[in-house]
Amino acid sequence: MSNQKKPSELAIWLGIADTSFTRQKTVKFGDASAVNSGRIYSILIVIALVALWIISSVFGLVKPFYWPTIDGTIDRFIKLLTEGFRNTPLWEHVGISIYRVISGVLYGSLVGIPLGFAMGLSSIARGLFDPIVEFMRPIPPLALIPLIILWFGIDETAKIFLLFLASLFIMTIAARSGVSSVRVSKVHAAYSLGASRLQILRNVILPNALPEIFTGIRTSMGVCWGTVVAAELVAADKGVGSMIMIAKNFLQTDTVVLGITIIGLIGYAIEMAMRWAERRLIPWKGKG
Amino acid sequence: MSGIVLDKISMVYTLNDGGEVHALDDVSLDIADGEIVTVLGPSGCGKTTLLNILAGFLSPTKGEVRVEGKPVTGPGPDRGMVFQQGALFEWLTVSENVSFGPRMAGKPKKEIAETVAHLLDTVGLQGFGEKPVYQLSGGMQQRVALARCLANDPKVILMDEPLGALDALTREKMQGLVLKLWKEFGKTILLITHSVEEALFLGERLIVMAPRPGRIKKEFRLPFADQGLSKDPRDIKAAPDFVRTREEILSMIWEMEEQIMGQSESETSE
Repeated sequence: MSNQKKPSELAIWLGIADTSFTRQKTVKFGDASAVNSGRIYSILIVIALVALWIISSVFGLVKPFYWPTIDGTIDRFIKLLTEGFRNTPLWEHVGISIYRVISGVLYGSLVGIPLGFAMGLSSIARGLFDPIVEFMRPIPPLALIPLIILWFGIDETAKIFLLFLASLFIMTIAARSGVSSVRVSKVHAAYSLGASRLQILRNVILPNALPEIFTGIRTSMGVCWGTVVAAELVAADKGVGSMIMIAKNFLQTDTVVLGITIIGLIGYAIEMAMRWAERRLIPWKGKG
Repeated sequence: MSGIVLDKISMVYTLNDGGEVHALDDVSLDIADGEIVTVLGPSGCGKTTLLNILAGFLSPTKGEVRVEGKPVTGPGPDRGMVFQQGALFEWLTVSENVSFGPRMAGKPKKEIAETVAHLLDTVGLQGFGEKPVYQLSGGMQQRVALARCLANDPKVILMDEPLGALDALTREKMQGLVLKLWKEFGKTILLITHSVEEALFLGERLIVMAPRPGRIKKEFRLPFADQGLSKDPRDIKAAPDFVRTREEILSMIWEMEEQIMGQSESETSE
């Protein structure tokens, strides 16, 4: 023991050194918990990429048409923040995309959750809606865009309806499987404790289904975020998707790259926020 | 008056291929008010079916079940259930689980709070009321299940392998708790178990069931449950009487298991 020097916290954090427990392990290859973070390499690769970008900007190695210079991109970003894009502030482009996603998921949940419950609890509802749900499930929401444009044109209703459909079937299936997953001993216990059917629905089946419903919401948010950007690429004058599509027409590669980055960051932020909310709201998940 | 009467119960499941499984065949049993009865048998002897019929989750093909003279037609708060595990409501705290029955019945809040406090004390969970149940150990979760059942003040408590998922040491401790609750609350208890020792230790009466068709093979009247609170459980379980009965029952069950094996072997060789 004494011949081992204790590695510093920093070295462990950077992944240069193994923790003293991992160091005692004689078999490391194949043991996933023995693979350390390797964070030093993450830092190095980011530095290397940024350096490469700076070098290519300074020496003009890549045409700005293909990839923007770093100073040009920073200037563009400041311009987007202060002046906006095409007379619309940047936050409004981002905000309207997020608003569409949240509306779509909200309406999808409002219809999908009760529908899923009905399908999980009644043979009639299951029989009635099963063909529709199973038919719609494998269709990518983007494939519905032409039909929705024919029905609603290209206004706001059309986009929100598309996102509604995108989340509807995810939510229906999530709620249905949440209802079906209830352990019969819990329901039996509730009946033996004198609960009525309505009380069992409210106090056993609903809370039991919440984790799956929440997973459904998380999936819906992700799918809708992808769908909204694509829908905005097709037809919209506001929103991050439309922003990068219009910027392309003006050959503003820097705006396009910035837009893609923003889309990625927001998608990541949505996922993180949903995970955080899940831990807060449904701490019992997976512990039944 | 008898607490529970099983009157010539038969249970036949019809399979999809037209075959029939006789889960229970003409089972009759009287359980007195305040009696604790344990049921033991090899797997497939219909003991869980029996409990489900008593609870009212299944209706028998033939025969009738009466609790306090009233025929059983469905589940009800007069018959409390304690399951092996996983029947607690993991989204609720310990207190909320225990108060579930009274809350569903719309009892006054103050009364519920008193009941819960008293019961948590009784099962040794004082101070755990606000904990989520998923943070408790398996043994503590079963304590919650017992308290939740008692909170409803049922006449009869049906236990389906309540200690089956616990480690051996916790299990012994919990057996003592079951006896204590039985004495303190004077409930009629029917307990199903796989453990011969547990069945002997907890039952005033022990029913051994035989499979195919499920039926009562033998009944034992036992003194151990009564001694359980005054004597050291280790002494009881080491007493010659206890050991002899245990071996008798074990060889009976082994014989039945071997018969089943023989039967299924001849079935597969056909």
